[in-house]
Amino acid sequence: MNVRVLGWFDDRLGIATTARRGLRKVFPDHWSFLLGEIALFCFVILVATGTFLTLFYRPDAAEVVYQGPYAPLQGREVSAAYESVMRISFEVRAGLVMRQIHHWAALVFVAAVVVHAMRIFFTGAFRKPRELNWLIGVVLLILALGAGFTGYSLPDDLLSGTGLRIAYSVLISVPFVGPYLAFLAFGGEFPTSGIISRLFVMHVMLLPALMIGLIVAHLAILWRQKHAQFAGGRATETNVVGKPFWPGQVFKSVGLLLVTGSVLAFMGGLIQINPVWDYGPFNPTVVSAPAQPDWYIGWLEGALRLFPPLDIEIFGILIPSPFIPGVVIPGIAFGLMALWPFVEARMTGDSEPHHLLDRPRDVPFRTGIGVAALIFFLLLTLAGGNDVMAIMFDVQVEAVTNVLRIGVIVLPALGGLIAHRMAVQLQSSAPSTPARRVRLRRNPEGGFDED
Amino acid sequence: MRAERVVAFCFAASAVASLGLLVVYAVGGDAQLEGLLLGIALGGLGVGVLVWARRLLHEDETTEARPPLGSSDAAMERTTDALEDEEVSRRSLLVRMLLGAGGSLAAALAIPALSLGPRPGQSLFRTEWTRGKRLVDVDGNPLRPEMVRAGAVQTVFPEGQVGVADAQTLLLRVDPDDLQLPEGREDWAPEGVVGYSKICTHAGCPVGLYRAQSHELLCPCHQSTFDVLRGAVPTFGPADRPLPQLPIEVDSDGYLVASGDFSEPVGPGFWNLPQ
Repeated sequence: MNVRVLGWFDDRLGIATTARRGLRKVFPDHWSFLLGEIALFCFVILVATGTFLTLFYRPDAAEVVYQGPYAPLQGREVSAAYESVMRISFEVRAGLVMRQIHHWAALVFVAAVVVHAMRIFFTGAFRKPRELNWLIGVVLLILALGAGFTGYSLPDDLLSGTGLRIAYSVLISVPFVGPYLAFLAFGGEFPTSGIISRLFVMHVMLLPALMIGLIVAHLAILWRQKHAQFAGGRATETNVVGKPFWPGQVFKSVGLLLVTGSVLAFMGGLIQINPVWDYGPFNPTVVSAPAQPDWYIGWLEGALRLFPPLDIEIFGILIPSPFIPGVVIPGIAFGLMALWPFVEARMTGDSEPHHLLDRPRDVPFRTGIGVAALIFFLLLTLAGGNDVMAIMFDVQVEAVTNVLRIGVIVLPALGGLIAHRMAVQLQSSAPSTPARRVRLRRNPEGGFDED
Repeated sequence: MRAERVVAFCFAASAVASLGLLVVYAVGGDAQLEGLLLGIALGGLGVGVLVWARRLLHEDETTEARPPLGSSDAAMERTTDALEDEEVSRRSLLVRMLLGAGGSLAAALAIPALSLGPRPGQSLFRTEWTRGKRLVDVDGNPLRPEMVRAGAVQTVFPEGQVGVADAQTLLLRVDPDDLQLPEGREDWAPEGVVGYSKICTHAGCPVGLYRAQSHELLCPCHQSTFDVLRGAVPTFGPADRPLPQLPIEVDSDGYLVASGDFSEPVGPGFWNLPQ
């Protein structure tokens, strides 16, 4: 950087030393450490494309007559919100590509967050001193699901309207307060005209503001604590081995941001997503079939589909069947996830800080639990498409459901046990830390020196 | 040198794609071309930067010390001392009153959130159907029993209230001899014309599918299945309560009318739903 520019700032802020330390800060290098970065870059792209869309979208349920260029809907009564999404898709120049990039980025964002969380879990990176960042990460995951669902509902099309209706039914199922909660959230009995503008405020203001704040905290804590690293080479608990922040790490991150944007641009331009003109505007008396939500809601949908018909009645209080799969199971899932670092520390009695990462085989119990949880969520997600699978395999949907009802209980336990067994086996067949890598260089005398 | 040429080529490709993007936009835009060119523009820059970092930046692995995060006991003590202030810790009455007043203020500020929605009241227990209201199709035409075709299902509403969500009703015709309705509903289905709420008792989706051969209504959302002949009791899926039945009769002009509201409150369950 130009010395005079740096000098100008340094005279006013005294930052030269801090800046140098920052530039020389060492970051360990491993491909799996880039997963969180991909999530971050998707978020950046979501904010950029979302800002563009906000300028054209109308959060308004008022009925208007569609008169745009899409012939099959001409003359139909649609909501102003749906009409504005049609305008973005067919009339605003570069509108469709922005909308599709935004939607794809949302799908990849949640996927990157989930895979990043898996990396943290299976390598034990949540252990002391990183429990705080794990908790922030769990909250960010929940907010990401919320941001995805609220955004998905904004076009006011038939498919997303069905999703909102199910959300209303889950909310109303909460004992004692359900009807009040549902009426407060939706502004009355479903369907209401006010819900679109509420979802809009959540989607473009409250949730992104919360997420930006938490992402900043997430990164600040990472910077302060220094990145964890895998054992091997010169890495120990009391050092950080890697490349300096500038220039290598910055180049790599900027490159990854651009490549993430590039992949999303290709997807947004070439792969159609959420064609709301095919679904048609929302109508509370019509439903399309088969209907699937975006992938990250699939496990909740699947839980609703698999849960047995069990309206529980206790002392005249009805607990409707959506309550357990819609509220209790996600509550337990996120609760266990958030508390896992503390649960594991309690079980192992380990209160030491850890900066060297585990390999999954090093801790068979944790790996088994993680694999079981993954299989559980995978099967629930599959169950969210039980009708699609029934068509695909040409069987009755009842058969698919019954098989999955058993599978969702049996297979996680089985998979967890197998993973545990494999981890133990791998442990005994290989040393727990990889051998030190040695680089040799030929010297002028013809011998070899260690590099 | 080869790496430098690769990077230069990537940057050049990116610049060309960006220019192309401008041209495409200027001549009217095209989603596929825009995505393609934007992908190349971003990808060229990205790959160029990554190749630059990998092939041209020769950075050696370095090591940085990682001092323990926890502070020394002395430092902790100094900080706790700084936190302690006699005029705060000694005045427990004031501290408690401060917390109490703050909590009251928080409650007062949260109350306006109740403006977000009405109290549920009776709205979940009632629909627009009342005795004598004619059943009309989606175009608002009243229906006679003979107009309801067997083997099909249609959606009907109370006259003058087409499209009202919680009154939507499925109308079907079955052989009256096959009907096994619950006790007390013997005259709810004149000439085998039977009406059920279209809102699923599980999660509120419109029960949109009909398997005519087995006389089953199927909700496409979560595959709850209901037996039309036996008062729409659930036979599969997560729904545990039958679809509420609309009592139907024929008025003096020969049109189908409701003889009251549904047999139970419609839609998804809630805690004080009468069993």
